[in-house]
Amino acid sequence: MSGVVETHELTMRFGGVVAVDRVDFTLRERELRCLIGPNGAGKSTFFKCLTGQLRLGHANGRVLIRGSDVTGWRSNQIVRLGVGVKTQVPSVMNGLSVEENLWLAARRVHGWEGSPGAVDETVAELQLEDIARRPVGELAHGRRQMVEIGIVLVQRPWLVLLDEPAAGMTGDEVERLIEVIHRINQTAAVIVVDHDMEFVRLLGAHVTVFHQGAILVEGSAVRVLNDPRVREVYLGNRAA
Amino acid sequence: MTGWRSIGRVQWGWFVAAAAVLALLPLAFDTHTATVLLIWALFAMSLGLMWGFAGLLSFGHSAYFGLGAYAYAISSVNMGESTIPLVLAVLVPALFAAVVGAMMFYGRISDVYMGVITLVVTLILFKFMSATAGDAYRIGDARLGGFNGIPGFPTLNLPGFPEISLYGVPPYYVCAASLLLCYLLSRWILARSFGRVLVGIRENEARCELMGYDVALYKTGIFTISAGMAGLAGCLFANWAEIVTPGLFALGQAAEVLIWVIAGGLGTLIGPILGAMALGMVKLLLGQQTLIDNSLVLGAILIVVVLAIPRGVVPTVQRAWGWRTRTRRGRAKAASARRRLGGSPGESA
Repeated sequence: MSGVVETHELTMRFGGVVAVDRVDFTLRERELRCLIGPNGAGKSTFFKCLTGQLRLGHANGRVLIRGSDVTGWRSNQIVRLGVGVKTQVPSVMNGLSVEENLWLAARRVHGWEGSPGAVDETVAELQLEDIARRPVGELAHGRRQMVEIGIVLVQRPWLVLLDEPAAGMTGDEVERLIEVIHRINQTAAVIVVDHDMEFVRLLGAHVTVFHQGAILVEGSAVRVLNDPRVREVYLGNRAA
Repeated sequence: MTGWRSIGRVQWGWFVAAAAVLALLPLAFDTHTATVLLIWALFAMSLGLMWGFAGLLSFGHSAYFGLGAYAYAISSVNMGESTIPLVLAVLVPALFAAVVGAMMFYGRISDVYMGVITLVVTLILFKFMSATAGDAYRIGDARLGGFNGIPGFPTLNLPGFPEISLYGVPPYYVCAASLLLCYLLSRWILARSFGRVLVGIRENEARCELMGYDVALYKTGIFTISAGMAGLAGCLFANWAEIVTPGLFALGQAAEVLIWVIAGGLGTLIGPILGAMALGMVKLLLGQQTLIDNSLVLGAILIVVVLAIPRGVVPTVQRAWGWRTRTRRGRAKAASARRRLGGSPGESA
């Protein structure tokens, strides 16, 4: 069965360093997948290859999204397919209010007339009412993360790519985020990149572990987190 | 920082007042001087539109000012009238900017290199136009004239009536109308989705790309519109000066407009307009004396503005006015609350 996302022999080199090494990966419709791995494992580079933030040539392998070969596409072209992207560092418009950020995201998808309604819905869904008119630059890191997730959500994507969405969030915010991700997953396939094992366990998703640019192991969260190879990768010799 | 909630709003009271002042100005002021101040204001506003709202800094905006002037002069010499040349004076720089802009923005060059490329473009035009003194350098009947430029071309006439030239006060009203119409056009652009996306690009280009917007297309679009407005300003300047020379592309011209915009204030349209008029007036007054160098004074003004009011005059005044209004409203609310509670306004003092 063809997947929502497929990569074939995906490779990315920076000079002599191979950051992603011939990765074959498949994500099915409505699947929730976590990509984990220690720092430098290649998961964020892999993520950027999927989103078009790193431009690919055909020497880098192939990326297919719902059957379309998006290798070499710019990120705005990939997003227009119906893909929502949240980056590792919150990428928001600090000088604009929360509503204005969401409106800009909604405008392309819902048009001038439909955008205010979509914005109100997203503000209510993410409980951002108290900060809706405040400039995003004034908000704490965790709230800005939530605003960026709102930017993704308001576009009603069928594929959502989230890079470290829980970073800098409080415990309550993380719980709320997990609820939101599960709700998104009811209508969209989701890839979450993270290195926080506890967050991954709470999400309860299928997990792909990256190590040295390649896939080390894939499986359920419980099985993968108890895998001795994964423990070794994360904890080094202490796991032995 | 200005959001996009208010940027597309025309404050009609102020607009009508400004239009009335411009309409009555010839009764009290020399229109020759007023005309060139309006032209410089239009030129500065064209740069302020793309720099202040889309974050695109062109170090060589004079290229489009000069192209507009040359396009008008060359075509009016060949056609013997001014209506089509006026249109060409907008279209030629706009098309040139569309090509340069597409190469820069689809080539994904950084802001610094954009500054360098725009500067180099105007310097190349300056060098080229300065080297066109020979008889071989002619377009139709128009000799480019090298460093001496093109004098004696037909100035503005009544559209459709080449024999009725506009002299004296009418060109002033053409310039005033051009400025007001370009102001309204700019506000209209900023009020549309296009303008809001431009503000988004200024704030975070990568995020706009990840929202699915073709950032390069938007940047090319505003660069083209801005160049068209600068071209119109150049055309009006050519009519005012009745000569075009390579000096229009020179570094001094390119630097001056930057100073006008910075001093007036980025992120507003009225800032660059007032900045250009005020500093333009200073330049004209300084031009009448030989005691001190003109550029030195403008440089000193730039340093003072950047150090003392880095936002520029208009945003600083707007901010102070907003703070004062909020403070007054806050006091009024507090007084109203005290009255409701049965106390007198002075009790808490």
